[in-house]
Amino acid sequence: MVSVPLFMFLLFIAITLGITFWASKRSQGAGAYFAASRQIKGWQNGIAVAGDYMSAASFLGIAGIIAFQGYDGFLFSVGWLVAYLTVLLVIAEPLRNAGKYTMADVLAYRLKPRPVRAMAALSTLTVSTFYMIAQMVGAGALVKLLLGGYVNYNQAVTGVGILMIVYVVFGGMLATTWVQIIKAILLMAGTFLLSILVMAHFHFSFGDFFSAIGHVTYHDAKGAEVVKDFMTPGLRYKPPYGPLDLVSLGLALIFGTAGLPHILVRFYTVPDAKTARNSVVWAMVLIGTFYIMTTFLGFGAATIVGPDFIKTHGGTNMSAPLLAQALAGNIFFAFISAIAFATILAVVAGLTISATTSFSHDFWTNVIHSGVERKPGEEVMVARISAFVVGAVAIGIAILLGPTANVAFLVALAFAVAASANLPVIVLSIFWRRFNTAGAVTGLGVGLLASIGLIIVSPSLMAIDPPTVVGTARHLIQAKALFPLENPGILSIPLGFIGAIVGTLLSNEPSSQEKFNELLVRSNTGLGAERAGSH
Amino acid sequence: MAEERYQTSQAIWDKMANSQEFKDLMATKRTFIVPAFIFFVLYYFALPVLDGYAPQFMATKVIGNVNLAYLFALSQFFMAWIIAGLYVKAANNFDRLAKDIVAKAETLKGGK
Repeated sequence: MVSVPLFMFLLFIAITLGITFWASKRSQGAGAYFAASRQIKGWQNGIAVAGDYMSAASFLGIAGIIAFQGYDGFLFSVGWLVAYLTVLLVIAEPLRNAGKYTMADVLAYRLKPRPVRAMAALSTLTVSTFYMIAQMVGAGALVKLLLGGYVNYNQAVTGVGILMIVYVVFGGMLATTWVQIIKAILLMAGTFLLSILVMAHFHFSFGDFFSAIGHVTYHDAKGAEVVKDFMTPGLRYKPPYGPLDLVSLGLALIFGTAGLPHILVRFYTVPDAKTARNSVVWAMVLIGTFYIMTTFLGFGAATIVGPDFIKTHGGTNMSAPLLAQALAGNIFFAFISAIAFATILAVVAGLTISATTSFSHDFWTNVIHSGVERKPGEEVMVARISAFVVGAVAIGIAILLGPTANVAFLVALAFAVAASANLPVIVLSIFWRRFNTAGAVTGLGVGLLASIGLIIVSPSLMAIDPPTVVGTARHLIQAKALFPLENPGILSIPLGFIGAIVGTLLSNEPSSQEKFNELLVRSNTGLGAERAGSH
Repeated sequence: MAEERYQTSQAIWDKMANSQEFKDLMATKRTFIVPAFIFFVLYYFALPVLDGYAPQFMATKVIGNVNLAYLFALSQFFMAWIIAGLYVKAANNFDRLAKDIVAKAETLKGGK
């Protein structure tokens, strides 16, 4: 059976490398490399946004949480879609109208570019790298499980890393976009098939399906048989702190998505703000449909496969592939696993290009060299080199951590930083005339430090493990958590805003206020926005 | 090379920002975006708050084993799609107003 997943992996890799080769000839020049010449169509970008966004955490992670903890897992699905209303109503169009390649372009408009871009690049690299490491550890574990006889964890991680480097270095944003489009279509098709098979198992009776969810049977840690109604809220988020954690998670999702650099850069690949808007709507249709189908994936795995079997066959993250195996055998298992692999590759490629764009455009060209390329093509050259470096660093860290590493908190961290550091400064820069450089720098700094600091002292990193837990699976700090919530959003988002506001009020920058009218007109009308072109 | 970005003087930006057309555009946008934003945030956070603090109530069965919690969660998807649809419709109006401002700005700049 190993040869079938191997064949499917190789087929996907061959197709994406073909696209990269095609794209490489069209990715000369900064506009082409960083923004696919701004010629991606609305529906294409919508599918690519969906492909960029629906990570292994969505596909494997949510299915796993629902399979083990029922309804509470579905709340992730809800938050991950509703978050796009913030993107649609507040962020996408002003960003497309006023920016060029990165979110920092909008901030730098009326603020002092060097300090603001330096901080924004730091925040972007933090979000992207942490998120990427979480994906790579997941990919390594997945590939190892599927192709155990052929590759080990380290080889799997290295393979994923090399592929993402190749896509980004040679194919730029154009190749990344098409890898994301193909992945999104595969993911939607696979999830749809799986949902149909789940319903076929219940003879297409929703009544039977939902009543099966009413009594999921499994054995707890002590070996006692438990029967639970998985539709009940509160199986994961239990008192005393669960309810607050749930609200905090919601805040990070709703306000974090609009600050994720790899999502924001996608809006520069379309010709104008109207297309950016339409692409958000396309993305919302796909993402919403997908997340509604997590009902079938998660509850299907809980009722048809059962938590006991999943626990002994690869753990929570294998819920969706194991469901496929139970319903339609090994070939379908291989197909779903190959989709999971494609999912991870497309997301890491998106993360890599946003990280390298920020490093090269924000930090190298604008911070170090004051906004001028010393020779033509330098910015793209630096981006290609930094893609190598980012990829190598991510491979190294993922190998050091190993397949059992406790990395789920990295995803929470990425959303928390995006919501607490990036979003406040983007919003204030677009909407608040008084806002200035000091405010942006303190807002980014406080948001970043508050998210990281609170996660370090949260139950994600601080807990006392029993001696049976070994290596990197152990919590980093063996002590009782100082902050009771896994998601810092409820505290770190207000802190980010307060940092930005206090920093602003403590200093005076007339030039920032004078240029507010220009940014206001540009971001709301699209006057003088970057246009589509071959360069 | 793509066209150079539209550049003009500070005085003209100020004039544009203070023009009646631009104020109308901003007012039109605000009339839709502010209530829509407040509505979706309240509607969304009602879900984790009710699930977290009134789990028994949310576990009330509505149809067979399907409870209030799941139906309310499911309704969020439709809420998001409906607001997105309404926004796209409203935004056509923003585009029309913005187009006039851009056209006027090109003539202000003259020649180009």
